Amino acid sequence: MVERVYIFKGFERFWHWSQAALIMFMMLTGFEIHGSYALFGFEKAVGYHSIAAWTLIGLWIFAIFWHLTTGEWRHYIPTMEKVLVVAQYYSSGIFRHEPHPFKPSQLNKHNPLQRLTYLGVLLFVSPLIWITGWLYLFYGNWTSWGLANLKLEWVATGHTIGAFLMLAFFVSHLYLVTTGHTVTAHIKAMITGWEEVESSDAANTQAGTEKSLSNQPWSPS
Amino acid sequence: MGLVSLRRSAGCVLAGLLYLFAASGVIADTKPLKLNTTADHSKFKELQREFQSGPEVTKACLSCHTEAAGQVHRTKHWKWEFLNPASGQKLGKKEVLNNFCISIASNYSACTSCHVGYGWKDASFDFTSEENVDCLACHDTTGIYKKPPGLAGHPQLKDVENPPGSGKITKGIDIAKVAQKVGKSSRDNCGSCHFYGGGGDGVKHGDLDSSLAAPDKDLDVHMDATGLDFTCATCHKTSSHDVAGSRYTPTAMDKGGAHMRGKEDKSNPATCVSCHDTAPHKQDARLNTHTGKIACQTCHIPEFARGGVPTKMSWDWSKAGERDAEGKQIVRKDAKGHIIYESRKGAFELGENVKPEYFWFNGDVNYTLATDKVDKTDGVTRINWLGGSPDDGKSMIWPVKVFRGSQPYDPVNKTLVKPHTAGNDDTGYWKNLVWDKAIEVGMKDAGLPFSGKVDFVKTEMFWPITHMVAPKEKALACTECHSKSGRLAGITGIYIPGRDANSLVDTFGWGIALFSLVGSVGHGLMRIASRRKHEEKENG
Repeated sequence: MVERVYIFKGFERFWHWSQAALIMFMMLTGFEIHGSYALFGFEKAVGYHSIAAWTLIGLWIFAIFWHLTTGEWRHYIPTMEKVLVVAQYYSSGIFRHEPHPFKPSQLNKHNPLQRLTYLGVLLFVSPLIWITGWLYLFYGNWTSWGLANLKLEWVATGHTIGAFLMLAFFVSHLYLVTTGHTVTAHIKAMITGWEEVESSDAANTQAGTEKSLSNQPWSPS
Repeated sequence: MGLVSLRRSAGCVLAGLLYLFAASGVIADTKPLKLNTTADHSKFKELQREFQSGPEVTKACLSCHTEAAGQVHRTKHWKWEFLNPASGQKLGKKEVLNNFCISIASNYSACTSCHVGYGWKDASFDFTSEENVDCLACHDTTGIYKKPPGLAGHPQLKDVENPPGSGKITKGIDIAKVAQKVGKSSRDNCGSCHFYGGGGDGVKHGDLDSSLAAPDKDLDVHMDATGLDFTCATCHKTSSHDVAGSRYTPTAMDKGGAHMRGKEDKSNPATCVSCHDTAPHKQDARLNTHTGKIACQTCHIPEFARGGVPTKMSWDWSKAGERDAEGKQIVRKDAKGHIIYESRKGAFELGENVKPEYFWFNGDVNYTLATDKVDKTDGVTRINWLGGSPDDGKSMIWPVKVFRGSQPYDPVNKTLVKPHTAGNDDTGYWKNLVWDKAIEVGMKDAGLPFSGKVDFVKTEMFWPITHMVAPKEKALACTECHSKSGRLAGITGIYIPGRDANSLVDTFGWGIALFSLVGSVGHGLMRIASRRKHEEKENG
């Protein structure tokens, strides 16, 4: 049995894909600036990287507003419950064609591992990239900001670490997209908003779990 | 016909009348004027006479310009002496030596052809004499005023057979004509000495040669003869005959900003910042973030010696002294006809369109003087060297011409030496090719000890590059420095994106990215394999 669930709303999909495009483009230009290869030429790469950065800042302003006003931010509240079950699924159950122990819904669209990963990106990788990137953009103002003792090397190294973490996330993310009910189930969900989820008997036995997950911590019940 | 068009046609008629009025002579009656000066010196009685010597002209000048000689007396151009306030070193042409023609001691008559005075033939020259100030060297506008080497700064006024017995007559200069046509100093005036430093066109500086007499925009965006047409003094703003700017105490970092009329500002008026301010890039503000650490010259003078005149890059005095089969001196030239060997001077390497070397520079210039100890085992002796470091807060990255050479020194006293080179006598090296005699005379003249032993030591001099500013389109591209083996590859103490990376972070970073990739591929393969098994089981 396959059930269709509406998970990702219009703005969310727009946010995801435009952010994805910007981040890929910024990795492409960023690693050129870093000296890893030559593609656009340093001058153009810096220009494009900066424009993309400002665009992403604009996008984030809208995204933050959306998350706050709709309450969608709650999807990133971490939970340790069932983390091990989900981890176990990806490390063994998936090979035995067991159903996914987590069933996404509008109220609870991320499994506990996703919650932890996205929160990690939000709390660690993004701030690292944003703060160092912002400092990089305003290098000329450091003295007037009282940051004369700051060294570009520290900022650049921090920015590079953030970029590598983002790259690692990006690679894993691309792969995990294929681990849905079918290979294209997840990506279809992010395009159309509708996720196909398996609702076999095996999944039904997990229903209690799913319910308990969706009940907390802001369950409308 | 509307009111507007009526008015317009009335205007046309009026303009036409004015034109006719002018053409009929009413306006044309006004005498033509030289608009850049209030005086036509050819009308001055004092100058309408014959002059027997340079000092006679000076006396005539001083009869009106009463303070001029006194002003010149205070300058480096007159004294060839400079006390470096920071290091306490006594410098100036009179004191220092270099690795070009080495030193003026005992060679005054030749060297002082570039002195703003008359008659400095030996150490006894009277520096208080007003009439010995040479006004014409800097104020000639005719281009015929010349001071040949050997005359101690005097021009040649009478016809002379040169060389004697050759029948070739060198015409004397009509100095009265020169005096009647004096004017403000031009690039040619300054260039008659500064383009030829080191003994020939472009030899010494690399960014100053005769191509700057009338440069195009590509060669120098400011001096562009058909454009901005700056003279030297446009930047080297001169006050009371004291020309701004110094090779001994250059301004490496100018934080003062653009100069403003009426505001007292004693800072160097010849810096880029004194006009362009510290944030000059309007279109791409990102470039302004470079101005805290990089001298304007570094990007805006991509190469020196760009005007078609080669500059000397090295000079090996130890190769001097060869003679041909007949015992005569030898001159060898390269394919372009430029001299690369002379018996009297040694071997040269020349360069055109030369990329500078780059150094942190804070404005301190120190010298190895003839009184300082030199140790050959140190490898290379730096005759001058530039102070600077990435951390002193006063240094910028500067383009520099490094001039390398080998020159005579005294291995017993362990000093550089000042040889007697020029001069039609028994000891001048250029005529006799004998080192010990030449050095003995030169050192005696300088009042310095000489052991009689001669050896050669490798030397370097550092000449910051500041002229031949290219148009902005020709400034350095980003990747000239923002790349692994770019122009600033040797500069330490700063992080240059594109050049620098923390290798640990890079290894770790690519490592985790690869780990994610390998993990994903492995996981995926296992899924494919398990699916087959699953399907087989279901089908079986």
